[in-house]
Amino acid sequence: MTGNFLKIRKHASNLLVYAILVTLGILWVLPIGYLVYTAFRVTPSTGIINTLFPDDLRLGFSNFSRLFGDTLFSQWLGNTMIVAISSCALTTAFILMVSYALSRLRFRLRRPIMNVLLVLGMFPGFMSMIAVYFILKAMGLTNSLLALVLVYSGSAALSYYICTGFFDTVPRAMEEAAILDGASQPIVFWKIILPMAKPIIVYTVLTSFISPWCDFIFVNTIINDRNKYTVALGLYKMINAEKNSFNDNFTVFCAGALVVGAIIVTLFMSMQKYYVEGITAGAVKG
Amino acid sequence: MGKKRERIKPNVFKRLIFAFKDGSYATRLSFLVMGFGQIARGQLAKGFSYFLFQVLFALYMIFFGGRYVGHLFSGNLGSRLSGERWNESLQIFEKVSGDNSFLILLYGVVSLVLFCVFLTVWAMNVFGSYENDARLERGQELSTFRADLRSLINEKFYIPLLLPPFLGLLVFTVMPLIFMVLIAFTNYDYAHMPPGKLFDWVGFKNFQAMFSLADGAGFALVFLRVLVWTFVWAFFATFTNYFLGLVIAMLIHKKGIKLKALWRTLFVVAIAVPQFVTLLLMQKILDGDGILNKILSTNILWLADQRYFSLLPRTMIILVNIWIGVPYTLLMCSGILLNVPTDYYEAARIDGASAPQIFFKITLPYMMHITAPYLITQFVGNINNFNVIWLLTGGGPVDNVYYGGGSQAQSTDLLVTWLYRLTTDQNPKYNVASVIGIVIFVISAALSLITFNRASATKSEDAFQ
Repeated sequence: MTGNFLKIRKHASNLLVYAILVTLGILWVLPIGYLVYTAFRVTPSTGIINTLFPDDLRLGFSNFSRLFGDTLFSQWLGNTMIVAISSCALTTAFILMVSYALSRLRFRLRRPIMNVLLVLGMFPGFMSMIAVYFILKAMGLTNSLLALVLVYSGSAALSYYICTGFFDTVPRAMEEAAILDGASQPIVFWKIILPMAKPIIVYTVLTSFISPWCDFIFVNTIINDRNKYTVALGLYKMINAEKNSFNDNFTVFCAGALVVGAIIVTLFMSMQKYYVEGITAGAVKG
Repeated sequence: MGKKRERIKPNVFKRLIFAFKDGSYATRLSFLVMGFGQIARGQLAKGFSYFLFQVLFALYMIFFGGRYVGHLFSGNLGSRLSGERWNESLQIFEKVSGDNSFLILLYGVVSLVLFCVFLTVWAMNVFGSYENDARLERGQELSTFRADLRSLINEKFYIPLLLPPFLGLLVFTVMPLIFMVLIAFTNYDYAHMPPGKLFDWVGFKNFQAMFSLADGAGFALVFLRVLVWTFVWAFFATFTNYFLGLVIAMLIHKKGIKLKALWRTLFVVAIAVPQFVTLLLMQKILDGDGILNKILSTNILWLADQRYFSLLPRTMIILVNIWIGVPYTLLMCSGILLNVPTDYYEAARIDGASAPQIFFKITLPYMMHITAPYLITQFVGNINNFNVIWLLTGGGPVDNVYYGGGSQAQSTDLLVTWLYRLTTDQNPKYNVASVIGIVIFVISAALSLITFNRASATKSEDAFQ
């Protein structure tokens, strides 16, 4: 009797949980669905959807052909790819170098350096943006993709702590054995520590690869040339540049956003496991 | 104990004094001529590189940097305006290039940083020579250039590892920061834009203006409002995300719930679309003529209603932020939930604890214990959360209460968005922006200090209640 009652109660509570999950799931998917729908929508005149059920429900790829034909999107995509790959390589290398040195090596200035990095990381990045712009200008680098790469990876050392937390957990016994066998420090770094740190490396690669796809603020300050935009700034300007640009370009914007989203989704899905490990490691280690 | 004391070296200044007192003539001369101590002992490669470095630095200072450093310390940032000047002998107007306070300050900072680099290398040169003295005294051989290089991949491996990243840091973080901090002590704003106009040091005047009420010119009230909203926002943004993420993660992890991966993916999709896209999308949906109003056939200014201190836009911002942020906390919490030691739960079940009791007595404390540092970093992150505010409301709506003394602050502005507007507006006020930047720094620093103290406290305790 009581067993039956418990079973029913359990079923009921599970049903409730399903109901909540479905509601929340819809809430979370709906805007994305709206984005996808708008991207494929065939628009007679203007792109904006003003009613819940528009009179014209035709779908097609016209927004994508406009995106690649009429705008500089393919150029921006290429730019972003170049910037993302180079800054990702540089950032990952920098972070690994700094965190390895601070976690595994012992030297006089280790503590002070960690403290200085901590303090530097607390200044808001925007504050120095104007100065960064003028430094780049003095170097003759404004309006170039190289400038973006340098800006994105220049301050990489500040985010050393997630990796440091991970390196700290790698046991010392192996590297001590290797050093006794006559291995030099670079060999230890390359052959022993790096293979063990795979999850955190993937996490770093992923986050540093994605950030150029999402930043439009630094690009906006550093780059004026439409040909040198990254996708983020290009899309942002597409619907914010002029008064009418939103109505004219919204569907094309959605198409572009979908392309960027697809690239990032692919990356995420293939590396989700590592990403979660990275977030968790960062959270627990602080 | 005695051994340990030997390993702690005296500080740099004391070591320099020792080197001068006890060093040989070569060491003493290397105080003046870099590399002398090395060349005199036959370490030619090392010695000449030091010497070359000194010559290059001297040339830089004489022909370029010296002038700017002089300006920096003389207390004026340029006085000659550029423009046209009448040339009496030729009877024409000549173009004269005047000073540019901005460049003077910028190159001054660059030169100062280079000077610090120079000092470091100079000290290395002296210590190297002093080390040679000590080795000769003990009858040891001097280290060869090759041995020095080899030490870079062994006991000094940290130098090649740290040098390139720190170079980037120096150029793109440290120098700009010093520069912007100095700006807070100048009157650099739209009325003093070089090269047309010059700016100059004003001491603490900007700070006084920020924190005082002096007849309409002080920003104290505006500042206080922005500050309060910044904290209210950071609090709600952090904790709503955290608890909702935790609750959803627990719902998905509940026993008997099927398709766990599918549910998680539903939420994770929201992460995959870049934040600026979803935010722009949300902004357009919530706009006055956006789709939400069309669906509800209403005319509500979701993001621009000024009434009740812009209560509606503020609420909407927090709600949209939940949409943006919960997937991240969900991912994190699911990772951690899997690791809650099961014996806690078993013990509780044996004791007959109810589900809410288990949640409030075990799960929540465990999560809080493990993620406390994350929460505080998140809080600091939200204080500086530029994207959400800027893309949704742009800091607006413009609320006359907030426009005291030309502060340019708006009703949903955080300190960062206010800072950004002050530097990108048509009438920029870089000096005020720098003051705000320093305030943000102080707040973040204080909060992070708390985190680190807590973290080290828990490390020693190592157990949660």
